[in-house]
Amino acid sequence: MRRALLAIVVTAAGLVLLLSFKPHQVTDAGAPPAAVAQAPAGRSGESRESGDSDTTGDSGTTGDSATTGTTGKADTSGGSGAAAGRTYTGDAADTRWGPVQVRITVAGKKITHVEVVQAPDTNHRDIEINQRALPVLQQETLSAQSARIDTVSGATYTSEGYVASLQSAIDRAGL
Amino acid sequence: MTARAALATRHVEHVMGTVFSFDVRGTDDPEGVGRAVAWLHHVDAVFSTYRDDSPVSRLGRGEIALADCPAEVAEVLGLCARVERDTGGYFTARPPGGGLDPSGLVKGWAIERASGLLTAAGAPRHTVNGGGDVRLGAAPEPGRPWRVGVAAPPTAAGRPAADALATVVAGSDLAVATSGTAERGHHIVDPHTGRPATALASVTLVGPRLTTVDAYATAAFAMGQAARDWVEDMDDLEALAVTATGETWRTSGFHRHVPPELRGFLPAWPPR
Repeated sequence: MRRALLAIVVTAAGLVLLLSFKPHQVTDAGAPPAAVAQAPAGRSGESRESGDSDTTGDSGTTGDSATTGTTGKADTSGGSGAAAGRTYTGDAADTRWGPVQVRITVAGKKITHVEVVQAPDTNHRDIEINQRALPVLQQETLSAQSARIDTVSGATYTSEGYVASLQSAIDRAGL
Repeated sequence: MTARAALATRHVEHVMGTVFSFDVRGTDDPEGVGRAVAWLHHVDAVFSTYRDDSPVSRLGRGEIALADCPAEVAEVLGLCARVERDTGGYFTARPPGGGLDPSGLVKGWAIERASGLLTAAGAPRHTVNGGGDVRLGAAPEPGRPWRVGVAAPPTAAGRPAADALATVVAGSDLAVATSGTAERGHHIVDPHTGRPATALASVTLVGPRLTTVDAYATAAFAMGQAARDWVEDMDDLEALAVTATGETWRTSGFHRHVPPELRGFLPAWPPR
């Protein structure tokens, strides 16, 4: 049972990536999306370069905390221009264990780095989940990308229901 | 856009009361997608029960004869009769208290044909997802199968996050269909009782062709727990179900469709 729970945590957390960030903006460098701010202008003229990401704080949970120095390590290192990554900070997604928020670095069409910005830590049980699940999240996403899915099968959604569906996030991501 | 990204076409089409997602790899030529989309709109015009003037609506009211309808109508009604027979009446195009409604088969049939149009147009590497029912074409790239996440349904044990999965199906040239309580906000009715089927939260069927697999999934949901033995007896068909209480079961060969690293999370078989 514990193993099953862990699997669900990992899967859910992995997919939070897909659901949370705003991938439809990946190719739209000219218009920073609501949830992702590009690197400060002047850092580089190269649009594909990694930038510190920021959240707008629309979830009310991150405020202005996310943008200083530490995000620098999310930059991919040593890559050529084509291989360099861009960072995206997702909205905080409400899981049944509490809000989870991640920042990803994307190079080409691959997620090359995952950083957990926010995770449930309000009690011991949550802490235990964090320690067990979140490192696995990073490992799974970074290596085998085993939670990576191309499409979703589920009970038929309506046109309206589609908007909030996992499939719509995948369609927007194009990953 | 990178060169690699250019060799893919994605398209989202709102039609038939739901949303169809196309993911085509290895080509940036949208011709096949255009044909498939035109086909779906044609199907909607012919088969919609929400349009009073559709041939199927008029046929249902007795205003026209089957011979007056486009040839596809007879084809679909023939398939409906076959599936009704296969499922012991748990699928029917003539629901209790209703008129003629082949919708439960039309979508899967239309997706199957759309997939064929893509292949014929030189785009065999694709997925077509119609509102959660999926036809996988040839693999996206050599050695890598498509991966289909099966959404975890709400059960008495709780409502999972919108992004939670029950399992992942990996494959190509394959159909994956899921029926569940949330289906279009309606219940699936057991045609034998006229009452909503309540034993399962969702059931996912995997088989070679969506034409029948989609309608089979609807029937399996109506069957409830009996669906396990029914699917087990069908050739080339496997099932994974989540029950209303949050338990899961699967048929004996379902694991073959699940990526090896995730098989450990499947329910036991034979069942305890």
